[in-house]
Amino acid sequence: MLHLAIISPFLLAILVPILFKIFRQVHTGWFVLALPILLFIYFLSFISITSTHQTVIKSISWIPTLGINFTVRVDGLSLLFALLITGIGSLVLLYSIYYLSKHKERLNHFYVYLLLFMGAMLGVVLSDNLIVLYTFWEFTSFSSFLLIGYWYQRDKSRYGAQKSMLITVFGGLSMLGGIILLYLITGTFSISEIIQQSSEIMTHHLFIPAMICILLGAFTKSAQFPFHIWLPDAMEAPTPVSAYLHSATMVKAGIYLVARMSPVFAENGLWIWLVAGVGIVTLFWGSFSAVKQTDLKGILAFSTISQLGMIMTLLGIGGAALHFDSIKDSYYTVATVAAVFHLINHATFKGALFMVVGIVDHETGTRDIRKLGGLMPFMPITFTVAIIGALSMAGLPPFNGFLSKEMFFTAMVRVLNMDVFNLETIGMLFPVIAWVASIFTFAYSMILVFKTFTGKIQLEKLPKKPHEAPIGMLIPPIVLASLIVAFGFFPNVLSSTIISPAVAAIMPNFLVDVHISFWHGFNTELFMTFGVVVIGFLLYKNYTRWSKVYRIFPERFSLNNLYNGILNSTEKISHRITSSTLTGSSRTYLIYLFSFFILILGVTLFNRDAFSFDTSNVSTIHIAEVLLAIGICIVAVSMIFVKSRLTSIILLGAVGYSVSIFFVIYRAPDLALTQLVIETISVALFLLCFYHLPKLKKREVRISFKITNALISIGVGTIVTLIALSAHSNKLFESISHYYIENTYKEAAGKNMVNVILVDFRGLDTMFEITVLAIAAIGIFGLIKLRLKGGKNNENK
Amino acid sequence: MKTNDVILQTATKVILFIILIFSVFIFFTGHYTPGGGFVGGLLTSGAIVLLLLAFDLKTVKKILPFNYMIMIAIGLLFAIGTGAGALLFNVPFLTHAYTHIDIPILGDLSLHTATLFDLGVFLVVVGVTMTIIQTIGGDD
Repeated sequence: MLHLAIISPFLLAILVPILFKIFRQVHTGWFVLALPILLFIYFLSFISITSTHQTVIKSISWIPTLGINFTVRVDGLSLLFALLITGIGSLVLLYSIYYLSKHKERLNHFYVYLLLFMGAMLGVVLSDNLIVLYTFWEFTSFSSFLLIGYWYQRDKSRYGAQKSMLITVFGGLSMLGGIILLYLITGTFSISEIIQQSSEIMTHHLFIPAMICILLGAFTKSAQFPFHIWLPDAMEAPTPVSAYLHSATMVKAGIYLVARMSPVFAENGLWIWLVAGVGIVTLFWGSFSAVKQTDLKGILAFSTISQLGMIMTLLGIGGAALHFDSIKDSYYTVATVAAVFHLINHATFKGALFMVVGIVDHETGTRDIRKLGGLMPFMPITFTVAIIGALSMAGLPPFNGFLSKEMFFTAMVRVLNMDVFNLETIGMLFPVIAWVASIFTFAYSMILVFKTFTGKIQLEKLPKKPHEAPIGMLIPPIVLASLIVAFGFFPNVLSSTIISPAVAAIMPNFLVDVHISFWHGFNTELFMTFGVVVIGFLLYKNYTRWSKVYRIFPERFSLNNLYNGILNSTEKISHRITSSTLTGSSRTYLIYLFSFFILILGVTLFNRDAFSFDTSNVSTIHIAEVLLAIGICIVAVSMIFVKSRLTSIILLGAVGYSVSIFFVIYRAPDLALTQLVIETISVALFLLCFYHLPKLKKREVRISFKITNALISIGVGTIVTLIALSAHSNKLFESISHYYIENTYKEAAGKNMVNVILVDFRGLDTMFEITVLAIAAIGIFGLIKLRLKGGKNNENK
Repeated sequence: MKTNDVILQTATKVILFIILIFSVFIFFTGHYTPGGGFVGGLLTSGAIVLLLLAFDLKTVKKILPFNYMIMIAIGLLFAIGTGAGALLFNVPFLTHAYTHIDIPILGDLSLHTATLFDLGVFLVVVGVTMTIIQTIGGDD
């Protein structure tokens, strides 16, 4: 059943195009909507299990010989993510039904991609096997690529799609490397088994490389500095996608991975510094950059980056708590609790804000805050949702963002008391940067709402006349806004049901009793918040005066420029290499192939001292064989001297036929038969090609040309002969032919061993061989039938 | 250049069928005596090539109006389908099955799923050879 839950989006994805074709009049989204809702309810039923700190494990063997099994594991952490994926997924789907027109958009594509993503994401968070997790992980990158490039007619969409793909897949591959390193250390791909071995892993010399590789995967996926640059460009995707993938779920996969692997790595100082350090830099840089954005979605993108950095920081600091086993009153574990809590809150308020921005974009035609303003009277409901979301994001009471922000400050302030890994000295920076970043967070939250909804309306600059959105588009953000308020007032609805089991999964050795209280009294955190509000408000009001600060860093040194530079230069270099090596002349290609062949085989042969010549096991040579061999040699040599192509083709055929006589003599009828027919057909093929080939050039007498030809041909001939001789003389293994002789009839009920090997024993080989043949045929067909007109190089066949 | 190839054309009309029948024979007999899908396929395409040499591409296309690309696809489908069919019986991919039946006139007849697989090979080989020859030959 659990497996079915993961697979079901994929199955539905198959049906979507059919549904789209048949029910043209009904918005395809309605068919899809049911699935996430059902899954959400299904996953809700697990709360009763996980809240008592139990886990559900179901396994289907996939490739057991490699230790790869499709094991699904539901614990607090994966359930939290599964609920986010399906819950936000349902809301986003409902929203998308009104956002995307059923007449203009290619809904069949959209919903297939979206379902692919949903299934893949569920797979990521529910798999216990790292290889399965990795497979789904790449699937999410892939579907994100497709969704960002959904409006592929736009240059920016394609650019953004490519960028996200390159960066996240780079991270994904390095993660695969990390997974393999972990496998080398532990000998298993199962996460739960790896966690059990965590103490042995710590001391292994591959520990640090494995950790860094896995973190690269997590950081690229979760858009952490300096890999964050893909996320703002990903905003080219339709807004429902941005709300779903690029704020609520996919970008949190990295956070999931860090949380999931915390029991393995978190005791290490480097892990804490990397995760918390990168997180806090991202937090600051994201919120700092968000303020200068003029595109509403740009603001939200950088805000997402910054909030992800915040959760990352919390997870890193939470790891440090492992060093203080004695303190049981959740003095340090508050960081992890805050991380989980903020994860939920972020999904609610950022989801709502994205939907609001989508509504603004949809109903006014622009997202540029320089053109927007004064929309409040036109869209009162949207405004209400926006202000709730923004205030929660800014960390103001009575919303849920306030609570997690306070906990964040608490965790940061408590870093000062930690006396491991220099956290008590340099760690001073954490609360300071956190505080500064929160000021910027406050500022951009204000910009987001007030520049859009208050001030003067500029109707002449808006492409459309603004009006309130249809009810279907309003329901999802309203639901999220009510959750923001509800979680704000009753945070403990979540604490024992969801947060506590999730924290237990991240820190299995702690028994964390989560209780979130609304009012802490006048403590440091509250004063920090006062400071944030006051300074943030001043920053917002005086933005024009200090915005020059953004011009200190010239464009040239930006990370985006670096990325573009790398991309351009790789393209240039590879173009240069390609055009210098691929000249279009078959002769050059053959030289490459054969030189490589001679070098690699020759060097190996003599390096390994593999050459030997053994005549002990040779049968007597008959006169007929000698004559035949001499005949073949004469024909082959004379081929060099003929002047016409026709003659050389026929001579080549003669060599082939003579070889088949050898097969007859050695009683290999199958080979002989095949060789004969092959020879016939290839001669016929040559004759057909004959028409296209240029005349044998007589004037081509350059000495270097001839020497190269001679060297290559003699080299190939020598190497093949040497290998044939030593293959005969070195018997490294027992010949497998006895096995075939014994089993051909017994196992496969055939008497012709050759054919039984082809279709049965090595049937898989044959299957792939004919596939290769088919590909070759299609390739030739494509090369000839579809060649570009006017290309000069096409004549060199 | 006009050539007179009456002898070749007349001979082809007879030989063609001999080769074709032989190729079918070779194909079916493959499990017990020399032959099989690969050689059978090559022989069939050899026969068609002979037809090509005796007549010309257009005539052959009229006589045998196959789309060889589709033939490749069907062949692959046979091969992969036979392999995948094994999965339905809960045995590993590409496990073959066989049985013997008695048919009044023909006598003892053995039936193999391997033959279906081989049929795939046969079709792919014919399809590939003919696609290549047709495209290269038909290109000006």
